[in-house]
Amino acid sequence: MLKVSNLTMRFGGLKAVDDLSFEARAGDITAVIGPNGAGKTTAFNCITGFYRPTEGSIALTHPDGATFALARMPGHRIAARAKVARTFQNIRLFAGMTVLENLLVAQHNTLMRATGFGVLAVFGLGRYRSAEAAGLDKARFWLDAIGLTERANDPAGSLPYGAQRRLEIARAMCIDPVMLCLDEPAAGLNPRESEELNQLLLRIRDGGCSLLLIEHDMGVVMRISDHIVVLDHGKKISDGTPAAVRADPAVIAAYLGEADDDEADAA
Amino acid sequence: MNLALRDAFLSAAAALGLFLPMVGFVATNTDQGLVLTYRPIAVAVLVAMVFVGRLIAVSWRGRSARPQQPNAELAARFAAAGKYLTPLLLVMALLLPLSGSRYYVDLGTLVLTYIMLGWGLNIVVGLAGLLDLGYVAFYAVGAYSYALLAESFGLGFWTCLPLAGILAAFAGLLLGFPVLRLRGDYLAIVTLAFGEIIRVVLINWVSLTHGPNGISGVPRPTLFGLSFSMDGGEGTVAGFFDIEPETIQRVVFLYYVIFGLALLTNWVTLRLRRLPLGRAWEALREDEVACRSLGIDVTNTKLTAFAIGAMFGGFAGAFFATRQAFVSPESFTFIESATVLAIVVLGGLGSQLGVALAALAMVGGLELLRELLTEIAEQMGSPIFAGLAGELPTYRMLIFGIALVVVMVLRPRGLVSGRTPTATLPARA
Repeated sequence: MLKVSNLTMRFGGLKAVDDLSFEARAGDITAVIGPNGAGKTTAFNCITGFYRPTEGSIALTHPDGATFALARMPGHRIAARAKVARTFQNIRLFAGMTVLENLLVAQHNTLMRATGFGVLAVFGLGRYRSAEAAGLDKARFWLDAIGLTERANDPAGSLPYGAQRRLEIARAMCIDPVMLCLDEPAAGLNPRESEELNQLLLRIRDGGCSLLLIEHDMGVVMRISDHIVVLDHGKKISDGTPAAVRADPAVIAAYLGEADDDEADAA
Repeated sequence: MNLALRDAFLSAAAALGLFLPMVGFVATNTDQGLVLTYRPIAVAVLVAMVFVGRLIAVSWRGRSARPQQPNAELAARFAAAGKYLTPLLLVMALLLPLSGSRYYVDLGTLVLTYIMLGWGLNIVVGLAGLLDLGYVAFYAVGAYSYALLAESFGLGFWTCLPLAGILAAFAGLLLGFPVLRLRGDYLAIVTLAFGEIIRVVLINWVSLTHGPNGISGVPRPTLFGLSFSMDGGEGTVAGFFDIEPETIQRVVFLYYVIFGLALLTNWVTLRLRRLPLGRAWEALREDEVACRSLGIDVTNTKLTAFAIGAMFGGFAGAFFATRQAFVSPESFTFIESATVLAIVVLGGLGSQLGVALAALAMVGGLELLRELLTEIAEQMGSPIFAGLAGELPTYRMLIFGIALVVVMVLRPRGLVSGRTPTATLPARA
């Protein structure tokens, strides 16, 4: 599905991500974990096109066999063509627009195609009406899924924090992604919201979308991930099933803060 | 009380600093050349007014510490009022020429021109959130496009109107490309420079634009090929309808032309807002990074905003050229951009009704006030009012500034700040 090979990202003299290689399989929830500053978000930004990696390649294979070299695509194409959606660590909703509008903006490319370059629809021509109805249906589906149908016409910025998190995930799903990348989706959620989030993520996975998530909360990670990649200081220190990773001495050392370079290398 | 006194003193001091140079000194043209005269009493009166006013305002506020009215309630009331206000304004605008007064129709034309410019700029600033301080450049491109096309190729107004729009849209793209990566203050500075570049080019490219002399004899628009000339012969409106030719016919026709153009601007904007493109503009204003993550081509979206906003500026420019029958670079100074932007900000970013109200108040209101003062002066034979009426244009910018400050203090998001959602969920089937 997603194959990251020898990914390196330098900021001046700092190597934020150093020769990282891993694979995420289709239909899996793959988690990238690691202590603060391990380079998780940087790796994420490379995959989703917000940074251009210094070295290395990122290849995405769709279920229909089409492949995309993400490292060389401009940011917006990664979402539009390669169908990789993402959310942000600090929520980035269109706060002044309504919940429903947020979900419609996410379907921009589909709807835009139906407007005849935006010209025909101004005069009420073309097949925009049916496209919009389909867009509203999809929005309603996701609103039902995240339990926000009642608040569809409220400004997104007025929602409680947990609801904003769910809305951001729903918005990302509205581009019909084959892979959804979540940057710390459980940050700031209480245990109940966190549990609801897990159910939502499992539901998305069962719907056929692969997930890649960065997470701090080990509880969330261990419960729902199929596969875990552990980063520290920009390098991969472990890779495997949750049980295998949990038992890995290098991971324990990194999380307890005893990771010397020697130890990490030894592992 | 002590606090109020101190506050009043500070305000009076600030007023003194402001009014001393602005009101205190007057340069008068006499036989001996320019002579400076002083008006200490006028300054003293103004400063005293500020002092007393501030004292009353502060002590009154201190006594009745009532909570500020919730904004949502106010917004709802405004929205309700807007429902009746919009058709009312439309009918009034439609019926204005029936007054038969050339003065009112001319004033209406001027106000409508600013409303149209405000609506055009609203696309760029209000919807897409791109602060544009050089909007007048597109107005200039539109005006000169028509003037030059008419001069060189003898094309008429209705042929040139779309061409002027297209050329202005190209100018919009031209501005758009270099500023794609800029935002906020940086964008504002570059657009400001762009406006000045266009003006300076118009002044200095003498062989094409006749420089500061401008282009005169720009043809007037025709009504389905019928001209509004005064001879009343074949092929003129008067001759066709067999009526006496009068200037007012042309003035009223021009009024309806700009009325139609402004309505077109409004209609297109309202349509676009409910389409993906308009929604993408608003999303861009809210969060550019999130737009990118959703696969929206930020470059194209920004460029279309610049181009479409500029296009309406171009239409308005072509209209300006045909109305004045004369264009010169002097009509396209920065102060015009600032005026249009102030109208948009005063009215409320993104609000069509607000922009119309602000233009009405700022352009029409001042002019009517001047008229009122002249009227009073004539009736009472009072030199004070006559003087005030005569000097009002001098204080135009001062009044403008005060209005901006007052509105920003009382209603920081503009006169009409409510936002209507562009889509609602249909009832469950």
